[in-house]
Amino acid sequence: MPDASAPPAGNDATAHSVSSPEGEIEIGRLSKVFGAGATAFRALDGVSLAIRRGEFFTLLGPSGCGKTTLLRLIAGFEQPSSGTLRIGGQEVAGLGPNRRPVNTVFQNYALFPHMSVADNIGFGLRMLGRRRAEVQSATAEMLRLVRMEELADRRPGEISGGQQQRVALARALAPRPRVLLLDEPLSALDLKLRKEMQSELKRLQAETGITFVFVTHDQEEALTMSDRIAVMNAGRILQTGSPEEIYNHPADRFVADFIGDTNFLEVELLEVAAAGARIRLPGGAALPANLPAGPAPAAGSCVTVVIRPEHARLADADGALAGTVERSVFFGTDTHVHLRLDDGSSFTLRRQNSAAAGPAPDPGSRVGIALAEGALQLLRN
Amino acid sequence: MAVRDLSPAGPAVRDEPVPPAAVADRHGWKWLLCAPALTILVFAASGPLLIVLVYSFLTPAGFGGVVWEFSTEAWFRVFLARDIFEPELLGPNRAHLAIFWRSVSLAFQTALICAVLGFPTAWFIATRPQRSRAVWLFLITIPFWTNLLIRTFAIQEVIRNQGLINTILLKAGAIEAPIQMLYTDFAILVGMAYVFLPLMVLPLYAAMDKLDIRLLEAGYDLYASRWRVLRHIVLPLVKPGFIAGSILVFIPAIGAYVTPRVLGGGRNMMLGNLIELQFGQGRNWPLGAALAMTLLIIVVATLVVYMRYVGRQEEGRRDG
Repeated sequence: MPDASAPPAGNDATAHSVSSPEGEIEIGRLSKVFGAGATAFRALDGVSLAIRRGEFFTLLGPSGCGKTTLLRLIAGFEQPSSGTLRIGGQEVAGLGPNRRPVNTVFQNYALFPHMSVADNIGFGLRMLGRRRAEVQSATAEMLRLVRMEELADRRPGEISGGQQQRVALARALAPRPRVLLLDEPLSALDLKLRKEMQSELKRLQAETGITFVFVTHDQEEALTMSDRIAVMNAGRILQTGSPEEIYNHPADRFVADFIGDTNFLEVELLEVAAAGARIRLPGGAALPANLPAGPAPAAGSCVTVVIRPEHARLADADGALAGTVERSVFFGTDTHVHLRLDDGSSFTLRRQNSAAAGPAPDPGSRVGIALAEGALQLLRN
Repeated sequence: MAVRDLSPAGPAVRDEPVPPAAVADRHGWKWLLCAPALTILVFAASGPLLIVLVYSFLTPAGFGGVVWEFSTEAWFRVFLARDIFEPELLGPNRAHLAIFWRSVSLAFQTALICAVLGFPTAWFIATRPQRSRAVWLFLITIPFWTNLLIRTFAIQEVIRNQGLINTILLKAGAIEAPIQMLYTDFAILVGMAYVFLPLMVLPLYAAMDKLDIRLLEAGYDLYASRWRVLRHIVLPLVKPGFIAGSILVFIPAIGAYVTPRVLGGGRNMMLGNLIELQFGQGRNWPLGAALAMTLLIIVVATLVVYMRYVGRQEEGRRDG
């Protein structure tokens, strides 16, 4: 179960009530509808969320899930159709982006092509009417922070994509906003640069202490960088929690499927208790399973459980599950073994390629599957 | 030939000693491709210009035409005037200088008015959905379909003493006597701004079309008001459109002939009318030719100064 202090996973009514004094951004039943009549598109559907001060918060979801719309609402580029939005305790509805203590790093960086790197970084402070000396010292500090001192006089068109990324970050951080919004800022970079910028972002967040709201569709990026993640789909937040909670205790099928590799099993729910549930696997074995947040399904019903591939291992024929090996795929550090269970469903398990592990099982061989303690997570139906 | 150009520089190609470009022009015929354009430039532009230049140094014949006798009299009279009573006394040709000044000033004001009116117009078009933009651009170019003279007479009809504006104002009781608008510099300005506005709108639209809307959002996000986004981001980025547009408006405006003739009357002449006068009623072809060359010099000089100024600003911004 998630720890008690975390907001219950994705339950709108309860998430709305969480308005801790630490709440940097508080979003209540926020909706956004584009267009009208028959062609109206509901990009956001009653989203409630509290983002804490100083955390690295990620909005994760497939394209078109509403995560960018939510970001644009926070930034002020769009106005909500209904709902409340508070930043630092202040209701910001109706305020333009220039009057919110929030800056954005755009997906394509949107650097001003007619200004030098230094002028780009100093732009926000100049617009705030800060004195020349202050703008210069802050610009110099940001240039140092993103390690771009020697390129201060270049134009954005004369530096590389990774360098443009750093300038965009410095430009958004220079006015010291309460919240930094990042709209898929790493998607245009190649893999190596992306890894570099991921740690760079974490470093910048630690050094500045500013709340980061990060939008991405890359689940690995979300898991490695975030303090907390909100998984979104079709304009709704499905689950909010730490990367471990989201990964180990997905609340529903979409979250489980979107993040990491997953096995789904249809099982019978035997009993429900406060501590957890007991279920019966297709093979007949009865095992404990973690309950999802929210109202529990009734005992006796057919439910779905999630088992992560690394929580299962090959065992003798007397394991909790049994099946036939279809093929093994070598991944370097580990091997993915694809199995067909006796009831016909497919199952994948991950096997560490340690020296003691021995050779992968041959296709066609019958094997048993042993499950780690707490490996089974019940889904909301 | 193209196939050889594209092939990788392997050993099979290396044994060919002549580089592909030289092979293509082995017979030296490549320049023939620009012959049509060259023909037009030589016979229709440079040639006549040369004739005009030569004529400006000849002596006028009594009833038009020239006598082949070298003279710098025409060039003197462009800028200087002889005293009526003492022909030896030379003074500045005030009438000509006034016309030069009016031409430059009106052309400059026309470019300015077109820029002020054209910017919001182009902005409006550039911010429409992609599909309706074509319709708006089409509407902008519709005036080009009608003869310039007819359009100019239409303006005359609107602003003359018994015209649309004065009639409405008189009927409404706002004025007691009609306002004299026709045959003033104001009328010329209105007419030229109307005629040349599309020449400003189109390049401005082209510049705005390339403008990334996210740059405006970035500025707005970084605490710039809408006005300052316009001032610090939009205007610098659409500047090439302003430059192209103001050149396109200024050059035809300074040599305008029909508009000042119809709307300015006989008194408010511009250079074009003055030149026509010398070739027509004045029967002084060398003076007309010298005036035409003067117009050319003014245009080129203005362009050079303008481009220098723009270039220096560009440099200054880079250094600052």
